[in-house]
Amino acid sequence: MVLAEKLTQGKFALTSEIGPPKGTEIEPVLQEAEHLRGKVDAFNVTDLQSSVMRLGSLATCRLLVERGLEPVFQITCRDRNRLALQSDLLSAYVLGIRNVLCLTGDHPVLGDHPGAKPVFDLDSVSLLYAATTLMEGRDLAGNPLQGKPEFFLGAVVSPVADPAQPQIAKMEKKIEAGARFFQTQAVYDLKAFENFMKSVSRFHIPVMGGIVLLKSAGMAKFMNEKVAGVSVPERYIKMMASARKEERVKVSISIAAELIKGMKDLCQGIHIMPLGWEKYVPEVLTAAGF
Amino acid sequence: MLVTRIKNEAELKEAFSGRTLAISCHGCREVFFPEDQVEKALNQYRNCLVGAASLDYLCREDFSQVYLQKMENLITQSSRVVIFSCGVGVQVWAKLLPGKIVLAGCNSFNINGFQGLTPTRWNCHQCGECWLNTTAAICPLTACSKGLLNGPCGGAKNGKCEVHPSVDCGWHLIYERTQATGQKFLPAQKVAVRDYRRLVTGTTTREG
Repeated sequence: MVLAEKLTQGKFALTSEIGPPKGTEIEPVLQEAEHLRGKVDAFNVTDLQSSVMRLGSLATCRLLVERGLEPVFQITCRDRNRLALQSDLLSAYVLGIRNVLCLTGDHPVLGDHPGAKPVFDLDSVSLLYAATTLMEGRDLAGNPLQGKPEFFLGAVVSPVADPAQPQIAKMEKKIEAGARFFQTQAVYDLKAFENFMKSVSRFHIPVMGGIVLLKSAGMAKFMNEKVAGVSVPERYIKMMASARKEERVKVSISIAAELIKGMKDLCQGIHIMPLGWEKYVPEVLTAAGF
Repeated sequence: MLVTRIKNEAELKEAFSGRTLAISCHGCREVFFPEDQVEKALNQYRNCLVGAASLDYLCREDFSQVYLQKMENLITQSSRVVIFSCGVGVQVWAKLLPGKIVLAGCNSFNINGFQGLTPTRWNCHQCGECWLNTTAAICPLTACSKGLLNGPCGGAKNGKCEVHPSVDCGWHLIYERTQATGQKFLPAQKVAVRDYRRLVTGTTTREG
């Protein structure tokens, strides 16, 4: 598995993200991944992102495996209790999935089934712990397994949260519970990211900096107002606002490239979340010097 | 309705590991309050005690405020206040003592039926395995929209929960309070996982 090899050997890694469709039309999503074949090391597959009911992450990951593309199985605690989570982890292993990103998950009220029961029987830390126990050959209740899985376990962290300390304390819990790499929330503030990387250097764990492509000034303002741990500087908002419509993509690509160049010496990888702009990822990577 | 049961030996030992003021609630006593066991514990840890009192309705902020004024001296002398009550009493006292370590001496178990006597904005989930001693006396089950036990999710913005901008992030409150009391945020402990059996055991409604 390329991602684990690169990150554990201290090499620089690239990941992107795909979101399964709302429905069964999986081909366009697989095409998006196909465009990036050879350009990124692995593809995160989101798990009902933003609490919107969709095709599952596990099945989509398997389809990537069948096509020789490496998935990162995102698994959240929002919809499954500890039995279902552990069972899906075992299923992932037998389906050839090795990279698992353990998340707590958004609250259901944010999504398209706001009346759904929020499960959260486990959280990101206890899910990592459960996956670690499975790898050791027993389940969370201590029962022995017939055959044990092997995973490369990842987790997320919000590097420019204010205050940062609670996020860093939780990051440490995640490492203790078995996380072997981190992907971050979108970074737009390189100085804050540098400070974060300094304060977590004592953990000696690979961190992949997060990139979200800005689509418009409105999107940037929305994220500043609503999205946790994201703060887009005024300079970028102005660049997006003053760009003519046909130039916006170009400006967005140059902002992303600038951020990647700024981050790549601070961390061990870049995780790009294109949010529908998958087709521009190759240009972003080229502009950033990859 | 609820039942309070005294915490186990190890947890009590940890709670009484400093100059302690111990307060028992003499309020609603809905179904069961472990009076004899509390007395035994107070006797066992008498060397740590700077004082002990049994008071009415700790959940009533106004009552508790009056008691507190009378006990100012004892509070100053203590490094921690251990509360024997349901989780509401513990949280009300924590709020009234912003810089003081406040700890729970009991676990509260749920029994179906009318919930408590005093309307209060402080919530006790009656989970049967009180977490307040690891979370600076702010309940992670009721103060966090996801009931997370191992720290904040990444969803809070400016101290407010992702669920609604008017809702405080419970883990932000916990963090702020640990800064005020000097308690460790996310203390070293086993990964916290709930035991849902405790929602129903210890009560009589289902076991007959």
